[in-house]
Amino acid sequence: MSILPPSQKIWWKEPIHGIEITWIIIALIWCLVLFAWMPYWHIYGKQNLSNESYKTPPEVFEAKANAMAKAHTVRTEPKSNIPVVKPPAGSDVYMLGRLWQWWPILELEKNKTYRLHLSSLDWQHGFSLQPTNINLQILPGYETVVTITPDQSGEFAIVCNEYCGVGHHTMLGKIFVK
Amino acid sequence: MAMFRQCPDSGLFFHKSAESLMKAHAVLGVVYLLIGGVLGLLVALTRMPSLHVLNAEDFYLALSIHGTAILIFWIIFFEMAVLYFAASTLLRCRPATPGIGWIGFLLMVIGSTLVMVAFFRGNSSVMFTSYVPMPAEPIFYLGLILFAVGALIGCFIFLGTLVIAKKENTYDGSIPLVTFGALTATVIAIFTIASGAVILIPTLLWSLGFINHIDPLMYRTIWWALGHSSQQINVSAHVAIWYAIAAIIFGAKPMSEKVSRTAFLLYILFLQLASAHHILADPGVSSTWKVFNTSYAMYLAVLASMIHGLTVPGCIEIAQRKKGFNNGLFEWLQKAPWANPVFSGMFISLIIFGFIGGITGVVMGTEQINLIIHNTIFVPGHFHATVAVGTTLAFMAITYFLIPVLFRRQLIWPNACKWQPYIFGGGMLILSLLLLGAGTLGVPRRHWDINFSDAALQFQYAGTAITMMGIAGLGGLMAAVGGAMFCLIAVGSLVFGKRLDPGASLFSSFGFPMAASCYNIERPGKLELAPIEQTGDSGVQAKGTFVLALVFLASFVVYFFINAKYLSSIWPMG
Ligand code: HEM
Ligand SMILES: [Cu+2]
Ligand SMILES: [Cu+2]
Repeated sequence: MSILPPSQKIWWKEPIHGIEITWIIIALIWCLVLFAWMPYWHIYGKQNLSNESYKTPPEVFEAKANAMAKAHTVRTEPKSNIPVVKPPAGSDVYMLGRLWQWWPILELEKNKTYRLHLSSLDWQHGFSLQPTNINLQILPGYETVVTITPDQSGEFAIVCNEYCGVGHHTMLGKIFVK
Repeated sequence: MAMFRQCPDSGLFFHKSAESLMKAHAVLGVVYLLIGGVLGLLVALTRMPSLHVLNAEDFYLALSIHGTAILIFWIIFFEMAVLYFAASTLLRCRPATPGIGWIGFLLMVIGSTLVMVAFFRGNSSVMFTSYVPMPAEPIFYLGLILFAVGALIGCFIFLGTLVIAKKENTYDGSIPLVTFGALTATVIAIFTIASGAVILIPTLLWSLGFINHIDPLMYRTIWWALGHSSQQINVSAHVAIWYAIAAIIFGAKPMSEKVSRTAFLLYILFLQLASAHHILADPGVSSTWKVFNTSYAMYLAVLASMIHGLTVPGCIEIAQRKKGFNNGLFEWLQKAPWANPVFSGMFISLIIFGFIGGITGVVMGTEQINLIIHNTIFVPGHFHATVAVGTTLAFMAITYFLIPVLFRRQLIWPNACKWQPYIFGGGMLILSLLLLGAGTLGVPRRHWDINFSDAALQFQYAGTAITMMGIAGLGGLMAAVGGAMFCLIAVGSLVFGKRLDPGASLFSSFGFPMAASCYNIERPGKLELAPIEQTGDSGVQAKGTFVLALVFLASFVVYFFINAKYLSSIWPMG
């Protein structure tokens, strides 16, 4: 009875049931497989989390994003008035989150690799690239650099998936891949 | 002075002061379950795209209250009651310093009330995680701190009671397994509350203007040392309740004390750094740290849960087989008392916790797989299986046992009692599965409008995702009906239930002692060792449980590799 003291005072010397020990071994092996899978994927997998990040004050990050936009804006998205920026393939690309937009809109080339820098100017935001479904946490004061290679063309949205106040659900961004 | 009474139905001994503390904590817990449940329903109906009942501001407020009232207040109030039960009642011991216990209770009441006031003033809709730098009012943080101090007092009284029990020799041998589980929960709770203090006190000072910056990553790391470990408190507490119910209903003894106790110990040893799995998608933390902590810490805690997942049904199977339900693999399960909500609630809690909550939790806690799951509605899908079914339904199940035994009232509406675990568990199952599905399609959590009607830009989720959110709402409605049935049955029984003891008054249902004449035992007899099993039945094996465990493992493996495959289909990145 689990609500009474163990019937054997020296309970730690009781034998273990056969199925218990079998199950513990099977479960432990599975746990080790799960563990090994992560380093394995770092070596052989193509989708990994970035380890490159910097402590960057919001003003500095904003200046970098502005500079990129100034150099490479190709047009302005009519309804939202956000610039569409087409940076050269392989370059450093910036996108900032703030209440309540992702800025600017990017136009990337399919199968080219970019260094995408992400940060927030105010509160925490969630970078959720849809429909491919890549989700990253974005913190103010921290700059993440993700090396991405869009391998599908089309129009992608960035949904904010970290709650950031009453306008949270209006916070959308765009990436066009051509 | 005689302070104990013995419940004639269960044989358990209740100490007058401990009994009152248990009742007061449990009742307050149910109040918060009710508040949180009503708001949960509104949240779920708002997230049904076709209904969308609340406006944006009310939705974020309702969601903040839902998470806080139900995850923190309901669960911790009830856990305090469990601690008094596991120490004082199970060990037949007077509680240490009951007066201070009431101070702890009062702090928890004041703290939780302050948090509620902060919410209803409207400037603290920051979700229960309150990530900086989004500010809440100072009384919000103050309330959480007071609540935590109150809970900490409860933990120390639990430990104090164990010491008294040892010193006064109220039991023979070692503490029962259930008390051991509660002890695990307490040790983790102390660590958790310390982490809470480390992060919430500076945040309070920040909100008052004494500190001008709190690093958001540091906040998240330490906050989740509180947030994750507190989930491990819940797991330890509800696993202890699973064992308790197996013992109460079936007279089951653990398959082996050694294995079950070691598994509890693993919870303490290997989870403190599991806050890692909440910051897998964060910048500023290296992959090495993430892989080591999400797995080193987690997988041995996972192993522990996989062990309990076998040994709890296993001990029931062995008890049933000894009673003669020995045909085939599953007669023991078929012939279980499915109409008794104490059993059905516990068993549904176990199955859904393991199959849905456990598997999804490990999958999303894998470093890279988190990329396709972080902050999607998959996450609420996961934790409604763990904490809303696993923990909450286990607490509901034990309440059906406690109302006659502790409160001395007969349950009203026996038919509603019989169905309630199925309605609540079934609704939650639908809610969880569909949130998991919609999350897989990228639908965000904590989001008022996935049609983006007020946004400057446009995006449309797959039609299936929208449909799934709609069905999830229906599941939520069904779960809310089950939750409401529970609250009505519990409160209704306390007020109108037939008195099983003439000394049980209306007041004694809500924390006051029963009539003085009920407490007629000065000192209960010493708690004896559990009876030694008859010889000759050592060959009884839990074969059916083992088969269930293998089915579980197969689902786990398949689901893991499906997600790994899905991960391999997103844009290459690194
Ligand atoms: C009445 C039944 C319930 C319904 C219908 C319900 C529904 C929901 C829904 C739809 C969400 C997700 C909202 C979103 O992220 O946009 C949610 C969040 C949540 N639920 Fe429930 N729930 C119920 C009961 C519970 C219970 C019993 C618990 C725990 C004991 C619980 C804990 C939570 C927590 C912690 C959150 C997260 C809040 C946040 O993101 O800050 N819920 N609930
Ligand atoms: Cu947001
Ligand atoms: Cu966690």
